[in-house]
Amino acid sequence: MSALLAILARDVRLGFAAGGGAAQTLIFFFLTIVLFALAVGPDAASLKAVAAPILWTAALLAAFLSLDRLFQADFEDGSLEIIAQRTPTFGLLVLIKAAAHWLTTAAPLIVAAPIAGLLLNLPGEGYWPLLATLILGTPALSLIGAGAAALTFPLRRAGVLTTILVGPLYAPSLIFGVMAAEAGAVGDPLFQPTLLFLCAASLLALITAPLAGGAGLRLNLS
Amino acid sequence: MPQGHLPKGEAKRPQSAYQSSGLSPTPPPTGEPATYGVYLTVKGLSAGRGGGRAFAGVDLAMAPGEAVILRGANGAGKTTLLRAIAGLTPPTEGAADLSDKDGAPLSPADTAAFAGHLDGLKPTLTARDNARFWARLYGRADADKAISAAFSALDIERLTDRPSGALSAGQRRRLGLCRVLIADRPLWLLDEPTASMDAASAKTVVGLIEAHSAKGGSALIATHDAINIKGARTVTMGATSMGAPA
Repeated sequence: MSALLAILARDVRLGFAAGGGAAQTLIFFFLTIVLFALAVGPDAASLKAVAAPILWTAALLAAFLSLDRLFQADFEDGSLEIIAQRTPTFGLLVLIKAAAHWLTTAAPLIVAAPIAGLLLNLPGEGYWPLLATLILGTPALSLIGAGAAALTFPLRRAGVLTTILVGPLYAPSLIFGVMAAEAGAVGDPLFQPTLLFLCAASLLALITAPLAGGAGLRLNLS
Repeated sequence: MPQGHLPKGEAKRPQSAYQSSGLSPTPPPTGEPATYGVYLTVKGLSAGRGGGRAFAGVDLAMAPGEAVILRGANGAGKTTLLRAIAGLTPPTEGAADLSDKDGAPLSPADTAAFAGHLDGLKPTLTARDNARFWARLYGRADADKAISAAFSALDIERLTDRPSGALSAGQRRRLGLCRVLIADRPLWLLDEPTASMDAASAKTVVGLIEAHSAKGGSALIATHDAINIKGARTVTMGATSMGAPA
């Protein structure tokens, strides 16, 4: 257990260090939002209508950025072998890597989301529902991403392949996340059930990602 | 009971329950380093990576305090053998088992420190921070003491606060080997430990292996370098018991 916590602490530290990816992800998130806003145009009403979809899409795209290095960096410098030799089961390692990805990618985005909402003219009632959907929905992004990264890390163009693998699997979280955020903003009774579906997507990822990713790690490291 | 030199290929201890099948589970790691006095029994081991077979039918027995130098041409399967013993590469046939003097199975995670040909260093972290991570990974309670002892043993104290990305190849290798000292495991599995080291550093490493053996630890060292370890046995892969690729 202490070995797993040591890996988590190291990965979070490396993530926030210079060149670790956390800062780039945040900048990319804002860049995407600004580009979307420019494309939609200056009309405040139409911006307001697309605020939640844009925020969710930008968060999803930002999550892709650091996925390919999740295992690959450790694989290339040899620390993955060292870690694997000390990890009781590979599924747990996938969970730890997903947690590190969430803490260095999703958590900063959630903190920054209100500012991004301001840029998109998100209505005042929309902030809490949006934050709730991001907090409950982003774990699925990190978990699915870590599971896919565990399958692809030895490949040269792992980043592209991971994105292609993961993109379709992100769809349920995106759909229910945006639906819940929009329903919550207008007090629609659909808010609660869609939020529960979003949680279900995250819980499903919590079960399947370690299984698939653990098998991938075992195969790739043997 | 310890029985000194075991004849190669034959272990005279009771077989563990885990030994029967090649894909049998090893006992789960306890998180605690195993105590010294570990027996290694490799029986009829075949393993390969990436679908191919690296070696077949390898037998090897090691008692506590023994050092074995593993030689063999490139591609003879030295690295794969070390990885199989470390529990990283599953055997396709046979088994590599670790046990204590009573024959109770031990997990490779608690028993073996594996040092591959990569050093596992994070270039942005200082030498000390890399070492601190290892100390936590291997569950060392007295991390700072273990780190300073390992750094002084490998003569890299003055590099403590340097980012490991700024070190030379030989310095990185020495820092990488620190991990084995910090891990404090009874069995060392070293893959080309003296690669890119100068003669003096290589001599230091040999001294450390001899000290480890004197403490009752064992070491299996795959190397092409002409290193001379006191009392070490040499095993050549691809020559005697090692079968041809099937």
